[in-house]
Amino acid sequence: MPNLTVNGRTHAVAAEPETPLLYVLRDELGLNGAKFGCGLGQCGACTVEVEGRAVLSCLTPVGVLEGRAVTTVEGLGSPEHPGPLQAAFIAENAAQCGYCIAGMVMRAHALLRAVPHPSEAEIRDALRFNLCRCGTHMRILAAVKRAAGASSAVTGALR
Amino acid sequence: MTALTRRTLLVGGALLVGIGPPRRALAASLPGSLKEAPRIDAWIRIGEDGAVTVLTGKAELGQGIKTALIQVAAEELGLAPASLRLVTADTELTPNEGYTAGSHSMQDSATAIRHAAAACRALLTAAAGRRLSLPPESLTVAEGAVAAPDGRRLAFGEIAAGIELDADVPAEGRLRDPATYTVVGRPLPRVDIPAKVAGGAAYIQDIRAPGMVHARIVRPPRPGARLVGVEAEAVAARPGTIRVHRDGSFLAVLAEREYAAVTAMRALARVAVWQGGTPVPEPDALFADLAGRAAKRSLIHEAGTGTPAPAGRRVAAQYRRRYQMHGSIGPSCAVAEFDGDRLTVWSHAQGMFPLRQALAELLALPEDRIRCIHVEGSGCYGHNGADDAAGDAALLARALPGRPVRVQYTREQEHLWEPYGGAMLTDASAVLGPDDRIADWDYAVRSPTHLTRPPGAGQLLSARMLEKPFPAPPPKALPQPEGGGDRNAIPLYRLPRARVAHDFVADMPLRVSALRSLGAYMNVFSIESFFDELAEEAGADPVAFRLAHLDDPRARAVIEAAASRFGWGTALPRGRGAGFAFARYKNLAAYCALAVEVAVERESGRVRLVRAQAAVDAGEVVNPHGIRDQIEGGIIQAMSWSLFEAVGHDAEGPTSRDWSTYPIARFPDVPDRLDVHLIDRPGQPFLGAGEVAQGPTAAALANAIRRAAGVRLRELPMRPELVKAAIGV
Repeated sequence: MPNLTVNGRTHAVAAEPETPLLYVLRDELGLNGAKFGCGLGQCGACTVEVEGRAVLSCLTPVGVLEGRAVTTVEGLGSPEHPGPLQAAFIAENAAQCGYCIAGMVMRAHALLRAVPHPSEAEIRDALRFNLCRCGTHMRILAAVKRAAGASSAVTGALR
Repeated sequence: MTALTRRTLLVGGALLVGIGPPRRALAASLPGSLKEAPRIDAWIRIGEDGAVTVLTGKAELGQGIKTALIQVAAEELGLAPASLRLVTADTELTPNEGYTAGSHSMQDSATAIRHAAAACRALLTAAAGRRLSLPPESLTVAEGAVAAPDGRRLAFGEIAAGIELDADVPAEGRLRDPATYTVVGRPLPRVDIPAKVAGGAAYIQDIRAPGMVHARIVRPPRPGARLVGVEAEAVAARPGTIRVHRDGSFLAVLAEREYAAVTAMRALARVAVWQGGTPVPEPDALFADLAGRAAKRSLIHEAGTGTPAPAGRRVAAQYRRRYQMHGSIGPSCAVAEFDGDRLTVWSHAQGMFPLRQALAELLALPEDRIRCIHVEGSGCYGHNGADDAAGDAALLARALPGRPVRVQYTREQEHLWEPYGGAMLTDASAVLGPDDRIADWDYAVRSPTHLTRPPGAGQLLSARMLEKPFPAPPPKALPQPEGGGDRNAIPLYRLPRARVAHDFVADMPLRVSALRSLGAYMNVFSIESFFDELAEEAGADPVAFRLAHLDDPRARAVIEAAASRFGWGTALPRGRGAGFAFARYKNLAAYCALAVEVAVERESGRVRLVRAQAAVDAGEVVNPHGIRDQIEGGIIQAMSWSLFEAVGHDAEGPTSRDWSTYPIARFPDVPDRLDVHLIDRPGQPFLGAGEVAQGPTAAALANAIRRAAGVRLRELPMRPELVKAAIGV
C-alpha cells in the first residue's frame, strides 16, 4: 500500500504497487485531468509531472512513486482560477474536443520548467510525444509561446 | 430517478421537465429544425427567476457548437452569454435533431434557436407593453429586461409567467438587424475550454456515479469470429470481479474497480476460444477487389444531353483512396443504468434519438422507458465506437440492474472495430476544347456506404454477436443533393456537357461508416486534382483555369482571396511547390479555397506541408474563432489523412491496432504557418463549415507535390513510399 503525493497532498493508496498511476489518479483519487488514451505510452493524453519531468501515467506503476511529487493538471489551477499556462490555453482557444489537452498542458509545463523561453522548434520537439486528433496544433503552439512570453509561466504549479 | 439523472435535470436554476414528443406540425416553411419542432419552448425556456435556458438537439463534439448557439440566443434575447444555460441532446429534454453530423448544426439548430429566441423576445415585449400600457415597438430588450423610453424596466422573471412559450414560432418573425449585433460575429471564448484545461468534469469518462461498476469487453481476434468456448470460472473468482457476462459471442467482465476490470479482461481474453471469421482482401488486391464488386449505378448529374460529342484533347485519370479511420484520442466510453424498469444511457454518440431507437430494439424495451443523454467524449469526426459502447453498456446494465455500468474500450478495440471511412475509386475523363475550356466531362465514383449508424439495433457491433443476433441492416446510399459516397461528386464548375455517376457498392469486406465529409474528401481530391491535370494540359495557371469555369461570385471570392493572400504565382525554392484547391461543401454549405506550399524530400519521398492559406465563406459568422479552428483543424487532420493514413489489413482483418501501426501527424509535421481568412456575410444563412476543408486539403497537397517534385500522386494516402516510387529515385 504505497503512499502517493499528488499536487502537494499525500494519500495512502489502496491499489497494488504494479497498478499504473493513471488508474490511481482517476479511479481512486477522483482526478479528471490525466486521460486514458492508449495505455501504451503512444499518445500522451495521460501525461503528468513527476518531480518536474513529464511522465506517462498509463505506464508508470504507482509503486515506484513513493516519496516522489506528482503534479497533475489540477495542480496548476482550477477552471475558475486557471494557472498562467492554463490561462494561455484558454486565451488561444487551444482546445477543440480537448481530450488531449491536459496532457499537452503538462508536457508544456515540464518543458517551460526546464527551458523557460523555448524556441518554436524546441516546443514542437517536446510536444511530439503528444497526439492531437482535432488538429489544434497551431493553437497549442500559440498557447505555449504565449505562456513562455509571460515570465511567470510555471509559477501556477502548487509544487 | 437516480442521483445522476437528477443532476442533469437541474439546469438553469429550475427543474426542467420533459416536454414529451414534439408536436408534429406541417411547418415546411419554417427555417432550420423548426420544421421538426416548431414550438418556442422546444428551444427556449424562462424560469420564474427569469433565468433563460436554451435547448438544442445537437451535441458538443469539440466543434464549439455550445458557444456559438449561446451567442445566437444571447443576441436575440439581449442577454449576456454567460447568463444563459444550454442543454444539449437529451431524449427527455431537447428537440430531436437527429445526428450532430453533416455540418448541419448551425444551419439547422442555430437557425431554429435564433427564430425561437426572436419569437420569445416578441412575446416578452408584447407582454411588457400590456403591463406598461405602451406600444411594443417603443420598448427595447437588453440585459435580461424589457425597458421603456421613460426608464421603467421589467425583468424577464416579472413577465415570463404571462407569456405562452408553447406557441409555435411564427414563420415571419423579426430578427435583430445584423448592423446592431453585439454578441454575434465576436470571438467569444469557448465556454467549455476552462474545464478541459484544468481537470474539471468535462467528459463522459469523468462520470463517477455512486455504485458504478467498470466493464471491459473481450472482442474476437478477427471480424466474424464466433466464441466457441470460455472457461471463465477463474476470472469470475478474481478479487474485485463482479461477474463475467456472455451472450453468444459478446463477452465482457464487470469489476468494482477500473484496473481490476482491465486485468480481468486480459485474463478473460486468454481463456476465450474463437473460430472462423470473414476473409478480407490483402492490401495489394484492395482496389482490384473493389473494382470487381457488384455495384448499383445511379446517374446523379447530366448536362448537355443531345449535344454532339465535342472534338478536342481527351484526358483521363483514376484516383484511389484506402480505408482510413476516425482515430479518436480517447477510446469510446458509455455509462448505463437500468433500474428494472427504465434505462438511462450517457453516451458521446452523435445521435441520442437514433441511439434510443436502436437500444429499444436491442433490449425489447419501449422507447419511452429509455433516456439517452449526450455527454462529451473525445472528438469523433463521425461514426466511431461511441454507439457500440452505448449498446454494450445498455446490455450490461440490464444484466446488473440497480448499478450504473461504465464501459471503456481499449485503444486496440477502438482502432480495430470502429467503422472506417471506406476505400473508394473514382474515374475522371474530360475533353479540352480548342478554347482550352472543358467541353465534356465524365466522372464516376465507386464507393461503399458512408452511413451505417443506428437507429437499427443491428448497427451496434455487439448486437451482431449475441446468441440471438441482430443482423446488420442492408447498407444504403445517401441521396443527393447531400449524397454519401457521391457527396461533392458533381463539380460546382460550369460544365456544358457532363455526366456524373455513382456506383454504389453494397458489400464491403471491412466495416465502414461516416468519417468527416464522407465521400466529399475523395471526390474533391479527385475533381480538384483532375482540374490541375487539365489546366496543365491546357497550359493554364490552375487558379485562372478554375476561375474561367466558375460563375458563382462567392466561389470566386474565396478563390481570389486565398490566391492573393498566399502570394500565388511567386517563385518557390527548388524542392518546394504550391498547390491550390477549392470546394463548396455538398455544393450547398460553406465555400473553402486553399493554397498550400509543400517541401518534397526526393530521396525519402517525405512530404511536408510548409504553409497553408485558406479562405472561407460560411455565410454569417457567429464566432470567427470557432470557424477558424474548424478550418485549421480540418486542414491538419486532412493533411494527416492524406500524407500518412491507411488502415492496414491482411486476410485476418484490420492490423492497425494502435498509433504505431496507424501513425498520424505529430507536432513536427504540422505547418510553419496556417492562415484562415473568413469572408463574413452578415444577414446571410449560416453555411456549415466543419467538414469543408477535408477535400481541398488532399487535392492542394497533391497539386503542390506535382509542382515540387514533378510527379502526380493519384492515391490516398500519398505516403513516402508512393512519392518515392513516383519520383523513381
